[in-house]
Amino acid sequence: MVRGFRVLARAMAILAVPAMAAHAQTLTIASSAPVTSMDPHYHTLTPNISAHGHIFDRLIDQDASGRMVPNLALSWTLRDEKTWEFKLREAKFHDGSPFTAEDVAYTLARVPTVKNSPASFQIYTRAVVGTEILDPHTILLKTANPYPLLPQDMLQVMMISHKLGAEPTTEDFNSGKNAVGTGPFRFVSYQPGNRLALDRNDGYWGAKPHWAHVDYRMISNEAARTASLLAGDVGIIEFVPPADLAKLRQDPKIVLSEVVSNRSIYLWLDHSHEGTMPEVTGPNGEVLPKNPLKDLRVRQALSLAVNRPGIVDRVMEGAAIPTKQYLPPGNSNHATDLIPDPYDPDRAKKLLTEAGYPNGFRIVLHGPNDRYVNDAKIVQAVAQMWQRIGVQTTVDTMPWSSYATRAGKQEFAAFLLGWGVNSGEGTNPLRAQIATWNPERGLGTANRGRYSNPAVDALLDKAMSTMDRDSRDKIVLQTMKLAMDDVPVVMLHLQKNIWATRKGLTYTARVDEETRATGVVETKP
Amino acid sequence: MFTWLLRRLFQASFVVLAMTIIVFVGVHVIGNPVDILISPEADQAERLKIIAEMGLDQPLWRQYTHFLGGALRGDLGRSFVFNEPALKLIGGRMPATLELAVTAVLMSMCFGIPLGLYAGLKPNGILGRVIMSGSILGFSLPSFWVGLMLIMTFAVQLGWLPSTGRGETAELLGIRWSFLTWDGLRHMAMPALNLSLYNISLVLRLTRAGVRETLPMDYIKFARAKGLSPARVIFVHVLKNIMIPVVTVLGLELGTTIAFAVVTESVFAWPGMGKLIIDSINVLDRPVIVAYLMMIVLIFITINLVVDILYTVLDPRVRLETKA
Repeated sequence: MVRGFRVLARAMAILAVPAMAAHAQTLTIASSAPVTSMDPHYHTLTPNISAHGHIFDRLIDQDASGRMVPNLALSWTLRDEKTWEFKLREAKFHDGSPFTAEDVAYTLARVPTVKNSPASFQIYTRAVVGTEILDPHTILLKTANPYPLLPQDMLQVMMISHKLGAEPTTEDFNSGKNAVGTGPFRFVSYQPGNRLALDRNDGYWGAKPHWAHVDYRMISNEAARTASLLAGDVGIIEFVPPADLAKLRQDPKIVLSEVVSNRSIYLWLDHSHEGTMPEVTGPNGEVLPKNPLKDLRVRQALSLAVNRPGIVDRVMEGAAIPTKQYLPPGNSNHATDLIPDPYDPDRAKKLLTEAGYPNGFRIVLHGPNDRYVNDAKIVQAVAQMWQRIGVQTTVDTMPWSSYATRAGKQEFAAFLLGWGVNSGEGTNPLRAQIATWNPERGLGTANRGRYSNPAVDALLDKAMSTMDRDSRDKIVLQTMKLAMDDVPVVMLHLQKNIWATRKGLTYTARVDEETRATGVVETKP
Repeated sequence: MFTWLLRRLFQASFVVLAMTIIVFVGVHVIGNPVDILISPEADQAERLKIIAEMGLDQPLWRQYTHFLGGALRGDLGRSFVFNEPALKLIGGRMPATLELAVTAVLMSMCFGIPLGLYAGLKPNGILGRVIMSGSILGFSLPSFWVGLMLIMTFAVQLGWLPSTGRGETAELLGIRWSFLTWDGLRHMAMPALNLSLYNISLVLRLTRAGVRETLPMDYIKFARAKGLSPARVIFVHVLKNIMIPVVTVLGLELGTTIAFAVVTESVFAWPGMGKLIIDSINVLDRPVIVAYLMMIVLIFITINLVVDILYTVLDPRVRLETKA
């Protein structure tokens, strides 16, 4: 019996040829979310952008730390307040045709026409009202008003060839017919939500990519993603689950790379109800005539009651840093004078008493349970901390699919959300979240708590019409400080982006969450 | 037989119609896909444009009649997320789920029936007891845990089998299948085993109970007395008579296995329909959810029909015309 088993075991071991040995030039990437399309202008979704970046190039790119670097554009300068001049480099599409200014004009015109796009890239091209081609490698982009953020918007727009003709369809991108870019890799095959195969583009204008083939697999289950790395089936995984961090840190076969990201996690507080807010009641459940959250002292108290280092340490397993703003240290829009609120329950209680709530109040704290890293656990931890200053907190978590709708209806008193700043630029969260809700102007579109502060709005307008980068940065920092000191949201932490590779590979961790094959380097063991 | 079939088909179409209403209303209650899909930075005009494109500006009843009209023409709508016809998306994923589910059910027969037979014939032997206690584990261990344990053992520790994915596929009848290549079979081994564990235990217990019940019957005693070989008694007279409940349960389980392969598919990153439906529910991709549920209803109805017909083959006493 035992012998029979041994023979069987040996037979199986022989049959199981290790998958890694066969293709030394192949990099296998496990992404954390499905890539839903090969059309680079279909859906503004990070997993899609991350995959498309292998095939297509942008005019301007970001380096790993989020600074803007030339890509297809060699330079971009202001001609006058409403005209930007872009100088383009010599590059070739995968089909051999040259990349010219005509392709830029074509791409910008195509973006708003994509059919059925659930989240259009139009938000990045809407500022451009006209283009003018000066020569094949110079193009002018015109805006209706002075618009300083055009370069940041161009970070998100990938260039396609004007040879695709009128109205190229998303289906043709998915089949590969239209998936022709200037990027470091060529399209080989794509199965929606499953796998993407890429080959090296030998005619690439930049440094020749190291990997001849890239096998891009989508493994959304966290445990399965870690297991496939441990088994050696994949070379690199993104979004390492915090629960596995401690184990992977000790594994000699695994290398981790991490960086603080542009994704902040915070609690919205309701500012929309002046009078009674149904989810906030007195200590014995009685109706309160006024919404306590409108009082700055109450908001400060709720923030001081949160033990951020505790959450980072225990709930996030170290995969975050405490924050009081949207951008990480090192970013030019990170205000150094905004320090994360300390954990001070005594001062919090004092502030509550001053505000007229010596016995606290009752509140419901909501959170999604399948959206952000450890979202439900964070909400539970915060609830216990609020409890300690006398705020009786009830926790209510639900799947994102029903949470997203309800959180937008001003039903919730306090609720957890996250915001990633793709462009790494400070007016983005200020315009979307902190500016007074004004959908017609596209301001405050994500202002779910309906915070409104005219002083902040005025400063933000000023920042948006200041074309000089340095003076604008100063105004942005001033706006950020003014807004965050008013505690529109209770900022918790900035997540870390963490990748894990097999030993022998290293990855330069990127602030923008993208996983790029060109960033994976083989190191001699 | 013919009138029976006609009546069954008529009932089935009612079930399908009722399901469309339940499903349609159900997915509308969960939440609004616009809030999930649309970029929070979009302004009002962009929002309204997308809502109109998705047809979500229409009242529910009009969306429903529009859907029914399309369904009659074989069009179940376009996925919001993938911008492809929902049926095409599901059809593209179906072979992966089908081959996994069918393999799992075949495995449960191959392992379940012999083991159950043995346990039924030797109920007091040590091996028989071990088999029976082992089947309790098959019932009670959660399949995501077993799946992870399988990966940890055979992929991470021993390195015999690949941990996740579908592996190489080969084309047959215009569809890509894993079971035709060696690499595909190696990828399929663990998920299929994981999916079949519950069914193995189920079949094993049914078979054992059937054997224990049948053995003391008069016709078995008579067959023995007549001097038939033990093999013939067991494999013809006993086994054939206990197959009816086994076939019924397996038929139903095939449907359940297809519909609820979700857990196994996500643990092993198996690109089947289950994974698609979970991803679709997370982003409220309504056309895909509705199309998937319709498909599952059809599969269940078909399987039940086939099982009913199989009865007559296995047991001539069952007469469909009179019973229906």
